[in-house]
Amino acid sequence: MAAISEAARPPRTSVGVLGWLKENLFSTWYNTLLTFGSLWLIYVILRGIGTWALTTARWSVVITNLALFLVGPFPREDVWRVWICVIMVALLGLLTWVLWEPLGRGRTGARRWVIAGWLLSFPLTLLLLRGLGGNSILPPVGTNLWGGLLLTFVLAIVSIVASFPLGVLLALGRRSSLPVIRMFSTLYIELIRGVPLVTVLFMAQIMLPLFLPEGMRVDKVMRAIAGFTLFTAAYIAENVRGGLAAVPLGQYEAAKAVGLSGPQVMVLIVLPQALRAVIPPIVGQFIALFKDTSLVAIVGLMDLLNIAKCVVAQPEFMGLKREVYLFVAVIYFVFSYAMSYASRRLEVALGVGGR
Amino acid sequence: MARMSSVSTVFHRAVPFWRNVRFIRALSQIAFAILLAVVAGALYSNMKHGLESRGLWGGFSFLRLEAGFDIGEGITYDPSDSYARAFLVGVVNTLRVTAVGIVLATILGVVAGVARLSSNWLVNKMASVYIESIRNTPLLVQLFVWYFAIILKLPRVKESIALPGSVFISNRGLTLPWPVPSSSFGSWLPYLIAAFVVAVALLIVRTRGGRRTGRPPFSLLWVGVPFVAIATLGWFLALGSPYVLDVPSLRGLNYKGGLTLTPEFTTLLVGLVLYTGAFIAEVVRAGILAVPRGQIEAAKAVGLNEMQILRLVTFPQALRIIIPSLTSQYLNLAKNSNLAIAIGFPDLFNVAGTIFNVTGRSVQVIVMIMASYLSMSLFTSLIMNLYNRRVQLVER
Repeated sequence: MAAISEAARPPRTSVGVLGWLKENLFSTWYNTLLTFGSLWLIYVILRGIGTWALTTARWSVVITNLALFLVGPFPREDVWRVWICVIMVALLGLLTWVLWEPLGRGRTGARRWVIAGWLLSFPLTLLLLRGLGGNSILPPVGTNLWGGLLLTFVLAIVSIVASFPLGVLLALGRRSSLPVIRMFSTLYIELIRGVPLVTVLFMAQIMLPLFLPEGMRVDKVMRAIAGFTLFTAAYIAENVRGGLAAVPLGQYEAAKAVGLSGPQVMVLIVLPQALRAVIPPIVGQFIALFKDTSLVAIVGLMDLLNIAKCVVAQPEFMGLKREVYLFVAVIYFVFSYAMSYASRRLEVALGVGGR
Repeated sequence: MARMSSVSTVFHRAVPFWRNVRFIRALSQIAFAILLAVVAGALYSNMKHGLESRGLWGGFSFLRLEAGFDIGEGITYDPSDSYARAFLVGVVNTLRVTAVGIVLATILGVVAGVARLSSNWLVNKMASVYIESIRNTPLLVQLFVWYFAIILKLPRVKESIALPGSVFISNRGLTLPWPVPSSSFGSWLPYLIAAFVVAVALLIVRTRGGRRTGRPPFSLLWVGVPFVAIATLGWFLALGSPYVLDVPSLRGLNYKGGLTLTPEFTTLLVGLVLYTGAFIAEVVRAGILAVPRGQIEAAKAVGLNEMQILRLVTFPQALRIIIPSLTSQYLNLAKNSNLAIAIGFPDLFNVAGTIFNVTGRSVQVIVMIMASYLSMSLFTSLIMNLYNRRVQLVER
């Protein structure tokens, strides 16, 4: 009777492994039925896949062509340049994690350096991959030689970076009080969101050369990037618009009251708050873009999926489509899942996911 | 205080026109419009020049010419038909796979979404594995796996896998029995119409009565049972069975009768349904989780059982949250159906691509593709918004 003020916990109905089993698998008759049905299904699927993967499958095709999957036709003597980029990004990632996660708050100076490093790594990577003209240390490597997972990542990263400012501008345009600008932005966003990505890519491959004056050529990779950028910008614009709508009206009014001009209100007060709220959806957009880069296989670029198509077309690897396509699926899964996991952590860290 | 005295003069002093807000607004819009027009004009003239020099400029009159290429499946079409007819075949194929896909993906999505929330640990984990693995791989890769690694590697027709109910799976696709209206269908039709009229009348009466008395209208019981009863009665009174089940049977190297879905259609359907189903499952789960806990506790307190809670309390409220996201998933399914081009299913994008390759009319073909997808998107949004308005009306 002494502990009457404390809320009494309900009595425990289950203890130990058997208790857990009863509670989670066999609580009612239909749950028991479901459990046995699921067990049977899992058994059938695992037996089928397991037998094939361990006995019939010839995984040597994956190991033989691993370099091809990773960098495509990139010159083998220049692959060290790709490795430098990977190491640079990995180091930056590690530094970021160390500075943000275990060390907690503070260390703004070091953080600024890391952010500068991230910004610098982008042009540096492109320079390393592209090479300098006529130089013996960094001979130029044309984009037609970029391929495999490397091309997949280049397409996704360059497109998301390029589409971000465009998306922010379109979002601001859609919320603008000027009717002409608002109508143009709305029309653009809705038009792009109403058509499939392949159509936009197709258009970028075929129409872009037509739009340009004669004699001006844009290579295939750049055209694909243009297509992805124009497409993703419309979706990012909608994300940013959501973020802008989430900024309380009082923020605008307060900023105006202290005498900031219109652009200052946007850049200094509203956008920083809006963009912070849209980081998780934009990471989601990036993951979607990473997966969507596989569509360039349709317009004939040598990305991971198209390399896989080429590998299984070789006579010595005939009939190994299962192995190759499953391997490609696993690669996409590993990267997308890792990114969505990181994004969920980021959401928690930013404290904006619970909205 | 000196400023206070000059307040009256501020109104009289004219603001220089370049600082006038209305002037700035008008000027910036005009400048933007001019810039847009100049850029668009330059692009247009480049394009026109380039296409005219190759003799590819012009309207849509080429659509009346003979197409000359073959299309794998779809409504009746002959290579001697026009390009317009070929394009129509593609549009119908897209609509076919989209309509069937939406229905199946919704069923799968709701089941997987509810399974993801199941208290049964095994069911819950199985649903998560399905959802996560599908959501984290590109649809195109999944289609390749389905088509090249599974469906084309199925046994040949002679050794096809027979499922109960005369369903056959082989590398020629999926063959299943299909009801075909027989000669006595005409004599059954009046009964069907009568059943429908009675059902609608009962629905109106019951709904009105329910609204007046506040008692549950039991619509399903009062409308469904008479409908089925009259239709069944008609089935036996009609001269012979109005539908004949066309059961497939192996004749020589292929199946006779029944409905055969080609490997391409089957692949696209399976791929789209599994892919969209995983996304719909997440939408459904989010919708159900968004229903306040108090609602479910209150429903338990008034003595509803689990099924009743799901049907009467959780789903109607979750539906409001689900519908807008569901709409965009339906649109995604329709748009994703154009990945058919990778496996050779003749959807509208694939046929349009062929037309482009044969004629070289890039601009016209792209306009046709975009107009088709945009009108499909608008039509779907329209229907879903109408439905959404009906559901949302329930809100207080």
